[in-house]
This record gives sequence, C-alpha cells and structure tokens, in this order.
Amino acid sequence: MSDVADSPDRPDRSDRSGRPVGRRVVLGLLGLGAVGVATGSAVQGWFDDHLGSAVRASGLGSVVPIDRWRYYTVTGSFPDPPRSGFRLRVSGLVDQPLDLTLDELEGLPTVQLTRDFQCVTGWRVPDVHWTGVRLRDLLDRAGVRTEGTALRFTSFDGDYTESLTLEQGLRDDVLVAHRMGNEPISREHGGPVRLVVAPMYGYKSVKWLDGVEVTERVRPGYWEVRGYDVDAWVGRSNGRTDPAT
Amino acid sequence: MSATPTADAPARLARFDGTERAVHWVTAVLVLALIATGTVMYVGALSGLVGHRGTVRTIHFWCGIAVPIPLVLGLLAPRRGRSLRADARVLERFDADDRAWLRRRPNAGPGKFNAGQKVNAALLLGSGLVLFGTGLMLRTATSFPVPIRTGATFVHDWFALGLTLLVLGHLALALRDPGALAGMARGTVRPEWAARHHPRWTATAETPATGAPRRPAPGAADPPR
Repeated sequence: MSDVADSPDRPDRSDRSGRPVGRRVVLGLLGLGAVGVATGSAVQGWFDDHLGSAVRASGLGSVVPIDRWRYYTVTGSFPDPPRSGFRLRVSGLVDQPLDLTLDELEGLPTVQLTRDFQCVTGWRVPDVHWTGVRLRDLLDRAGVRTEGTALRFTSFDGDYTESLTLEQGLRDDVLVAHRMGNEPISREHGGPVRLVVAPMYGYKSVKWLDGVEVTERVRPGYWEVRGYDVDAWVGRSNGRTDPAT
Repeated sequence: MSATPTADAPARLARFDGTERAVHWVTAVLVLALIATGTVMYVGALSGLVGHRGTVRTIHFWCGIAVPIPLVLGLLAPRRGRSLRADARVLERFDADDRAWLRRRPNAGPGKFNAGQKVNAALLLGSGLVLFGTGLMLRTATSFPVPIRTGATFVHDWFALGLTLLVLGHLALALRDPGALAGMARGTVRPEWAARHHPRWTATAETPATGAPRRPAPGAADPPR
C-alpha cells in the first residue's frame, strides 16, 4: 500500500544506530527459558515447599503456577448427578448386582488412605486423604463369577470410562471414595463418589463414578484409546519415572 | 481507504501497509485464541465451565503451530515484506533517545516505534519462541525425562502468564489511543497524531497514494537533537 517504488527498505533514523537491545532481550528470554526447562523441576519443588501455603492462603492458587490440583473433565462441564439421585451400580459378571444409594454406600465399612496424587501430565499433590469403601469389599458383596477377569468403570458424566484387571481392582489401595480430606468430595474433585486407584496415574481414578461392571476382558478406557497406557502404574508407565505414590 | 487531501484535512500518513497489518491481525487472533484456550485449561473453575478438554487442547495446539506462520511469511515476502523487515530492524535497536525516553529524560522523541513498543516487541518475540518450544516439548512429552518435562511445564506456565500480562498491557494502551488504533486498523494516521507520538518518524512518513511526494506533516519539522 505504501510500497513506493523508489524507497527500498527505507529505514527511519534509529535504524542501525543504537545497540541491538531487542536482540539481546530475545536471546535473554530464550536463555531464561532454557534454564527454566533445565531447573524448573527443582525450582517448582522449592516454590511448593516455601510459597505453596502462602499462595493457597492468598486465594491466588488458581492463577499462580504453584503445585495444585488441576481439574479435568472430558465433557461440557462438571456434571451433576442424575436428577433421580445418585446410585452406584455394580453389575456384569456378578452373582448379585448392587444398586447403592449414597447413604447405603456410606453405611458400608470404611477405610482410610493417605497417598500422593500423581497426574500423568506431571502435577502431583502430596498426601491426599481419602475415606471410602474398598472396591474389593463391594466386589465381594456382589460375588464375582469365575469368568470375570476385568473391571470397567463408568462416570455419570456420560463419557468417561476406565478399566482395571480384576487383580488390580482387588488391591488394598483401590477405594470407592466418598470423602476427601475429611469432607464430602466436592463436585470438581469427582463427588459424590469417585474411584481412587492410589498406585496409578490420576486418570485411572474415575471421577463422578456411577458404575462398576465386571467383564471378561479389559476394555481400554477413555484416555487409553487416546494413547495412554492401560496399566498406569505411577513411575512405570506412560514413559514416566515419577516416584511411586 | 486513503483519505483525499483537502485544504482543511491534511493527508493522512501511511503507517502500516497491508502486510504489516495482516501479520498483526492474524497473529493477534491466534494469540487471543491461545490465551483463551490456555486459560480454560489452566484455571480450574473455567475448565469445569467449558469442559471438553480434548477439543480445547487440540485448538490450543494448532493455534500454537500456526502462530509463527504469518510473521515468517511476511518477513520472507520479497516485495510485500519490505516494510515489515524495516520495522524489525527499527524495533531491534535502542539508541540514546530511546533510553532517555524510557527514563523520561529529555529526548528527541520516538521514531516509528517508541522504546516501550520496542521492549514489547522483544518480550513478545522472546516469550513467544519460548512458549512455542516448550509447547512442542509438552506435546511430545514422553520423549523427554520427567524433570525436563516438569521444567517445560513450569516454563510454559510462567511465560504464558507473563505474555498474557504483556498482551493485556498492549491492549489497554492501544484502546486508550484511537490514533494508534487507526494506524493498525486503517493503516494511516493523522499527521498531528504522528507529530506528537512519533516525531522522528513523521518527517520521513508518506501519504498512502503510490508515488506521492514525500512531504513533512505540518508542524513536524525535525526536532532539535
């Protein structure tokens, strides 16, 4: 538009005079970025140890990149339980299908579990305290038939699914949790009831849990058909080496 | 688009040509999309409100891949990229007047860009490159050891926060200055605006009509140095 034929790359007067500060700023930022990538892990740890509680107290925790929960949902929003009320169903290859209200679930013998929560995307929340029913106890009540070797979990968000082998599901550290940090599990955290598979990455711990189905073989879950490992042991899967939880 | 010079309305000065504006606006749209999708993924309350994490992530990724393209194409364009390349050269250099301007000391006034705009450009480019690089690292996460990946997340988070503040500052300043907005929206500015904000540029600026004679805007004589 202002291409004037007789003015090849005409500079204004500050061109070529002065120092190349712009270039130095750019290179400086690139250097800072590289140092950050190399040391960020350690710096993040220091931040979390020294500033984490102050930031959380200040209410800036959702903005400032300090170690914290990040809430993922694969559907349009954090889902509400169905209007008819929350039910947890245990079905599939069982002798006696279960259909539990929240009250009935909370009435079952509870266990407590305090473990780090590790997400496959890198964040980790230390010492999360869960209260709930062992999945094994629920499966015992329903009576798993001999041909059942795997478990499929569903969420009342309508989309999310997960899987475990039966052997994994019978572990002591797999809970159907209804309390977190001594309070009912909030909606963002997957309440009223979520699965907690403590030794595996967070995507195994289905939020908004509403169904456990005993199946003949493992059917990969939501993220697993999208490239994540089916056996999601913390530190031994997904190419990661995080310390075990 | 170009105003016809009349007796009572002096000709507007050509500030940004089609290439410069196209690069600016396409980049602006992509950056705003990146900020929006990034914020949605980052702020827990919004993640819940918007959901659809997979879709949001895909949009964010492809906007990130696309964001350098307009600038690179513009800089490489043989003829049409001339003004853009000239801008880059001006933006890179800080002279004594720029330093004085930043310190609010007496100075000869800005050329085409003031020192604040130069700082903004350098910070944007630098942090943009860092975000592009770390973004790619996050995408191909499993090929890096965990501390490096955590580091890349850390850097991506903090640089994104910085860049967002930078863009918000840029927006706030632009919205307060209709003259500057017109420069980037229409490509031309009023000579009085130019004389006030970019005196050292005004003397060399041209009216948009091709081949128009170079003529200084009224009252835009070379300021004393």
